[in-house]
Order: sequence, then C-alpha cells, then structure tokens
Amino acid sequence: MIEEMDRDDRVFLMGEEVGHYQGAYKVSEGMLEKFGPKRVIDTPIAEAGFAGVGIGAAIVGLRPIIEFMTWNFSAVAFDQILNNAAKMRQMSGGQLECPIVFRGPNASARQVGSQHSHAMEHIYAHVPGLKVVAPAFPADAKGLLKAAVRDDNPVLVMESETLYGFKGDVPEGEHVVALGKAQIVRAGKDITIAAYARTTHVALEAAATLERAGVSAEVVDLRSLRPLDDNTLVASVERTHRLVVVHEGWPYGGVGAEIADRVQRLAFDALDGPILRVTTLDVPMPYSAKLELACMPQPDRVVATVLRALGREQS
Amino acid sequence: MSAEKRAPLTRAPAHPSVQAPARATQAPSPLGANPELEHLSKLYRQMLLIRRVEEESARGYAEGKIGGFLHLYIGQEAVGVGAIASLRPDDYVITTYRDHGIALAKGMSPRALLAELFGKVTGCSRGLGGSMHMFDKEHHMLGGYGIVGGHIPIAAGVAFASKYRGDGRVTLCFFGEGAVSIGGFHEGLGLAALWKLPIVFICENNEYAMGTPISRSMSVEDVSLKALGYGMDRDRFFADDVLEVERRIGEAVQRAREQGTPTLVEVRTYRFRGHSMSDPAKYRTQAELEEHKNRDPLARARRRLVESGLGEPGDPRLDDLEKSVEAEVADAVKFAHESPEPGLDVLEQSTYSGPFAY
Repeated sequence: MIEEMDRDDRVFLMGEEVGHYQGAYKVSEGMLEKFGPKRVIDTPIAEAGFAGVGIGAAIVGLRPIIEFMTWNFSAVAFDQILNNAAKMRQMSGGQLECPIVFRGPNASARQVGSQHSHAMEHIYAHVPGLKVVAPAFPADAKGLLKAAVRDDNPVLVMESETLYGFKGDVPEGEHVVALGKAQIVRAGKDITIAAYARTTHVALEAAATLERAGVSAEVVDLRSLRPLDDNTLVASVERTHRLVVVHEGWPYGGVGAEIADRVQRLAFDALDGPILRVTTLDVPMPYSAKLELACMPQPDRVVATVLRALGREQS
Repeated sequence: MSAEKRAPLTRAPAHPSVQAPARATQAPSPLGANPELEHLSKLYRQMLLIRRVEEESARGYAEGKIGGFLHLYIGQEAVGVGAIASLRPDDYVITTYRDHGIALAKGMSPRALLAELFGKVTGCSRGLGGSMHMFDKEHHMLGGYGIVGGHIPIAAGVAFASKYRGDGRVTLCFFGEGAVSIGGFHEGLGLAALWKLPIVFICENNEYAMGTPISRSMSVEDVSLKALGYGMDRDRFFADDVLEVERRIGEAVQRAREQGTPTLVEVRTYRFRGHSMSDPAKYRTQAELEEHKNRDPLARARRRLVESGLGEPGDPRLDDLEKSVEAEVADAVKFAHESPEPGLDVLEQSTYSGPFAY
C-alpha cells in the first residue's frame, strides 16, 4: 500500500482504526505518520457510509483503498458493493469507472463465533462487475494488491485473518501479480488439489501426508477467484485426471461448485472420477474450539477426500 | 456553526414580478437587455422542457415504448432547476430514481434522455440503465440510483474527492423524504459533517414516500431537524418559486464552496402524478392535488414572465420560447423512436473496464 501511495497520489486508505491505531491488525502500521490524515483516514463505525464514500471518490477519479476491519462487516455495506461498485460502469453505459479496492481479513479467525467467521468471497465472486482475489503467500499479497490498486474495476482482496502471522519472502519494489493467474505450488501426477488463501497451506500439508502414503498430489493455488484461471486448472486436471477443491466457506453454490462446473465442462474427458469438495461444514461457525476445528477444512479431511477420489478409502 | 438557523418553514412571498429596467421598457426588446428577465425565462424554459419531456415519457409508457419503472418529476421541476441554477457547470449532481428532471436541468439532452427511456443505444447509458439511471459524465451528472438512500454516501464521496483535490467544486445530492429513514442518509450526512465536505443535501419532500405520508413514516414533521444531530447547517422552504429555490440553495452552495461545510435543505414540493406509472395515487384527495396544482411553480414562473411584459399582444418572445421547447421535445421523441436498440455486444464490454472477468 505504501509503495502504491508513493507511486500515485490519487490512492488513499480509509477504514476503521487504519490511522492512529495503526490498523486493527497493524496492517497499516506507520502509514498515518508517513502520509498524514489526508490520505490515511480513520472512519467512524459506518461501513455502508465509508464504502459509499470510497465509491463516490472513485467515480470522479480517485483510487481508494477501503479497509474493512473484517470482511464480515462488509455485510452492512453489501448494498454499496453489490448495487453501486459492481453496477456503476454498466448502469452509466460505460461512462463511469469505479477503480476501488476493498480489502481486509476474511474467513475463520479462531473461536470468534458465527458472525465473525464468514468466508465472504463466495458471495462477492457471484457478482459480475467485481473482481475477487485471495492470496496465500506474502509475495502474492503484495503483488495482487498492487495489481488491484492499478485495476480500473472494483477489486476485493480477501486476506486470510489466520495468515497475517505467516512469514515468507517478499520481492522488493515493483512486484505485480496479474489478476486471474493461478499458480502450481506443488507438482504432482495423481490428483489436483485446488485451493486458495489459508486452504492452500492446508492442501500443501495434506499433500505432504499423501506423499508418505504414496500419492502424488498437485496443489494449485488459485490466487484469483474472479477472474478464475480455467486454463491452469484444466491443464493440471488433464495431467492428473482427478480434482479435489478445498476452501473455507459453505459448500452450497460456492467457489468449489463453480470450479466443479467448469472443470466437468472443460475437461470432462480427462476426468477419471467425480470432483469432490472439502469446505467448511454447512452450519454457522461454532465457538467451541473442538467444533470449530471440525467445521473448518483440515489436512486430515483433505487427505481422506483425496483418497476417496482415488478410490482408496482409508481403512 | 449556525445550526439553529432557519428552522421555520417559510413560503416565498408573492414575488414582485420581474421588472424590466427603465432602459428596456420598450417591448419587444431582446431578453439580453434584461438579465433578470432573461434568467427567469431560461429557468422557465428548463422547467417547461422537463414538464413536456415527462408528459412524453408518460405517453411513451402508455404506448408500451418504455418499460419497467417510470417515476415522473412533474410538479417538482422548480426544485431541480432552481437548485442547479445556483451551481457552476463543473459542480456535481447526484440523485435518486426520480432523476429525469434533474438530469435535464444539469444539461443532459432530451434526445439522450428519451432514447434511454426507449431502451436505445443512443441513450445516455446506452439503453442499459433506463429511467432510474440517468448518467451524463460530460455534464457531471453522476447518476440516478435505484436503491433509496444508497447514493447519499456516494455523494459524500464525490465531495470528499473535491476536498481531497481542492478543486473547489460543490456536490448537490437530491433525495426524497422517504430516504430520510434509511441508514445511508445518516451515514452519509454524518461523514459529510465530520469531514466538512462541500456538499448540499437536498431533501425533496413531496409529502409521500410512495403511498405513505410523512406523518406515518417519521417521528418529526420537520426533515431539516435531522441536521441538528450532525451539527450541520439546515434550511427549509417551499419550492413554489424557482428563483427562491435558486437563492436559498445558492446560500448553501456558497457555504459549501467557501467554508467547505455541508447543509441539509428540506424543500417542500409535490408531485402531481403517482409515485410511478403504476400508482393511481388513491392515498390523497383530488382537492389536495388541485390545491397544489394551483401553486404550480411552472405556471407561477410563466405568470411572472407575462406580467413582466413577455407575451403581450404583439410580443412573440414567450410564444417563441414555448414553440422552441415543443420542437426540441418533438425532435427528441423522433430521435428516440428511430434510434437502434443496443446489440448484445454491449453487455460484456459495459460490465468491466478491460477484459471480462469470468
């Protein structure tokens, strides 16, 4: 964010606690001091209000970054994102652009209960007019955010709350990751596991376990959910002939369902078995640590699902 | 902060007719010789144009050429015309779904507007928006919005951008009194007041939120009171006289431009038609409607022009003006009727800037 704000004075950051508090998760640490209150703007608790302010500023040429303290709270700004950000270009007949980034932590956050654990990407990826990305690694978090800020459309960046402490190499300076490009983070030949954000790490852990069981799993980190990189997915499935999709959030109509539809259409002949999903269980997230872990996609559930997809049920 | 300023609801006094200055008494004279008269005739022309375009819209709807929702501005013309007359051309305007009159007042051509209503590719929004989404970037008309109150934070954002850039522009945000109960109104006003944004919020109080009178939708009758909780300036008046609307909104615009502070203005008006074309407006009496029609700001402006000497026998000026409006409207209807419909190719390219994100 700092590099993009240095690069373009139309970019500003707005949200709850982004300034004086340095960010609820310290994401914007030091930014108020560097850019001042004109460009790092604390807001009252009014998501619909400041999401709308961002959209208004965007349609007249600024490039706002609007932070939700968590994506859960975007629910009260849903009208702004659904009806205004996503529709602005269409309902103005292409006259107005809405170059805005909405970002913040998303999905499970360890025992915060049903209202604070939503995986909101499924809801937003449904909406034409929006782009949705979900990085799994620090380098991609930087590169995708830069691409999002430079994009002329509304881009929603879903940062996994539980990955804020994850460490990894981040290229210095100009590092832009194009939206809509998946990456293979582990090569394999027996099955493809598609995942994104936190579940990419779950998939990698499962793949390591599977390797010990003699299964070679390829892990595709989607990075971008809309646009979705069909090509990388299909190419992988054409090599492995099987697919398991892993994501947080509920199964009904989610990103996994969309991927299952596309891959069965685009690579039907390559498939040797049904596409299976590992998702958050189809219930509101419970508080109990034991129940929460049971609800969330875990490596053991991924391993079991992969073995089922391969017709090798665990004994 | 003069938050207590102008609490009482005032009706403009019977306005003295626009007097021609001594040097211009020899009628007929070019209107340019009398700036005030010329100004009023310009506003009258805009109001008449809106009235006539709206009547043609109603006709087009009845004939099945216009689909969906159609919310007419008939009766409220003085609000949009008077308010926008107080702006600079580069100031921003944003409003609700009752947006035809506001768009025309901001400079949109009747051709672009009627073609949009007819669903044609030559419409302002290429036939993708329809009645509720009148956008004209060139004239800084930032749209009509269909979700009540949703555009109010956007308006605050437009004003935020003006402050951010220091461009000296003012934003006018129109909405009905029905929007005052929804969160977007309160969040938009709260942020505009907190951040001292150059914006004027104009509540066009036409007394009915669809079919619900204000007495059954708000705990207070005075919408402008809502400004007090935000420490915002306010004003409140009837829109009988377009020049009074211009003057009063102009005060708020000046405050926004010079002091960078917002104002909530409640303008009491009345729509002569139902909420939309499907509304027979049975919730109000004929007597009430007639009483308001007797105060029609359009007729009032015309009377004043006549009293000022326009339209005297042998003076063709008013007649010429009205004929020019008829010609412009007839041309726009013809244009809309003859324009082509959009092709399917418009769909994907209007959804995203750049390649479609699938």
